[in-house]
Amino acid sequence: MSNHVLTCNNVGIRFGGLQAVQDFNLQIEDGELIGLIGPNGAGKTTVFNLITGVYEPTEGEILLAGTNIIGKMPHQIVRYGIARTFQNIRLFDHLSVLDNLKVAANKDMRYSIFSGMFRLGNFWREEDEIKDKAIEILDIFGMSKHANKLARSLPYGEQRKLEIARAMATDPKLLLLDEPAAGMNPTETDELMDTIMLIRNEFGITTLLIEHDMRLVLGICERLMVLNYGKVLAEGNPHDIVNDQSVIEAYLGKGE
Amino acid sequence: MSRNKRLIYLINIGLVLILFAILTILEASGVFTRYTMSILRLVCINVVLATSLNVTVGNLGQITLGHAGFMSIGAYTAGLFAKGVEIGGQNGYLIGILLAGICAGIFGIIVGIPVLRLKGDYLAIVTLAFGEIIRVLIEYFDFTGGAQGLNGIPRMQNFSVMFFLAVICVTLMYSVMTSRHGRAVLAIREDEIAAQSSGINITYYKTFAFTLSAFFAGIAGAMYAHNIGTIGASVFNYNKSFDILVMVVLGGMGSFTGAVISATVLTIVPETLRQFNDYRMIIYSLLLIMVMLFRPEGLLGRKEFHITKVVDKIKTKFGKHSVEGGS
Repeated sequence: MSNHVLTCNNVGIRFGGLQAVQDFNLQIEDGELIGLIGPNGAGKTTVFNLITGVYEPTEGEILLAGTNIIGKMPHQIVRYGIARTFQNIRLFDHLSVLDNLKVAANKDMRYSIFSGMFRLGNFWREEDEIKDKAIEILDIFGMSKHANKLARSLPYGEQRKLEIARAMATDPKLLLLDEPAAGMNPTETDELMDTIMLIRNEFGITTLLIEHDMRLVLGICERLMVLNYGKVLAEGNPHDIVNDQSVIEAYLGKGE
Repeated sequence: MSRNKRLIYLINIGLVLILFAILTILEASGVFTRYTMSILRLVCINVVLATSLNVTVGNLGQITLGHAGFMSIGAYTAGLFAKGVEIGGQNGYLIGILLAGICAGIFGIIVGIPVLRLKGDYLAIVTLAFGEIIRVLIEYFDFTGGAQGLNGIPRMQNFSVMFFLAVICVTLMYSVMTSRHGRAVLAIREDEIAAQSSGINITYYKTFAFTLSAFFAGIAGAMYAHNIGTIGASVFNYNKSFDILVMVVLGGMGSFTGAVISATVLTIVPETLRQFNDYRMIIYSLLLIMVMLFRPEGLLGRKEFHITKVVDKIKTKFGKHSVEGGS
């Protein structure tokens, strides 16, 4: 029980008459790499939005390492150690790659507005520290050559990677990736799989990802969870899941 | 601080001093008339106004049309302070200006917290209304002199003081906007949702940018009040807000150097065109239309004008190696 990074107990949310997510139970252990799949509109992204505080659940509780995080603002939840990426890339387009990461590291910086205005000692010290840290992360992702380019000038695959790098700059315990491989070609997907494995193996960061690309899901996830109409349909070993009759029906419909 | 950075700082300080020296020499030698000097003082005020609005419009990415409101709060604070408290001279002037900034900043917080929940057109309309409310209130109360305005504010028309005040204001705004706080504000402009999930407290930083903007607008208002000696609420109507907004848009939203350049140009051009009085506004409008047609992102876009980049460019043009790694 103690090494559960995230626990969702009977989490549900209702938008007016629509029950978007119902009785969602999830326990993620430290260092796990879990896939969340399901047909379109199943409520996968809603689950992400519930965990990151964008929506407040109408039922249930969400515990991060034992602390209830319901009712916390999204920026506070980042401080607790949950970082995420988005289905449609959301970068700070007109900031440099380096600045994208520095923004994410802002929560760990302490110098005051006054220090920033008058360029006092701790401004220079912290700015140097944060630059080194950002470069370090970019190095891991093989992106330090882009450091001073504008984020929007990067090719699509690199932008996806930058979004993950930015999430990493917040020092998360738990990383939520929302369709990281969307729109990628097979080579880019392979590279992405390597990156995700690297994050897990090098930093031991627990990862929960939504994905439609089954090659990626089967290639790296240790456990799968299938969501349909806001309910958990099946859960377990990836290879059992894809052969599960109810899952196949959810995706393809029932044969006559 | 690396040696390279220190060099850039020194170059910039040097350039400001050179500019100041040139202007002083021109004044002393009589090339600049008293009329020219009065325009240059106005330039100083408008530069502070435009750069301060740039913080909200360019850096935070929210259009506000009530900037003249904050300016008027600053102007009246400084005016009433100077008349009520008998600290004459430079010190009184500087204290009054600081007070004006603080007062406008407080209003910035009070107005900002509820209003910044809105975005885009809605925010523009609400701030427009706010600016008008301030104006009407100033005309309503007696202690502000009512509709007759405030007369007999001690004049402070020392160009050197105003020039360096403007330089200091712009520098402070620029340095805070390139610190971590400024980065957070820029991130909100780029993508609010992403900023929030990167740990940025949106409400805090929006209010921060808005307040900073109001603070320096208040300072500009105070400089204006002391420069002109007589203020009336009707000066600070929405036309004034639009004038400032035009300066920011023309210079390039998000560019401090752009705002400085366009504030300078847009103050000088209408004045030099005074001899063609009938066509003045036509030429002015045509100029604006031309710029928006050919450079819709403004003169400098989001970029800043860096003297070091120019030097680098010139060096590469003449076949010399750029200075990189040379330190």
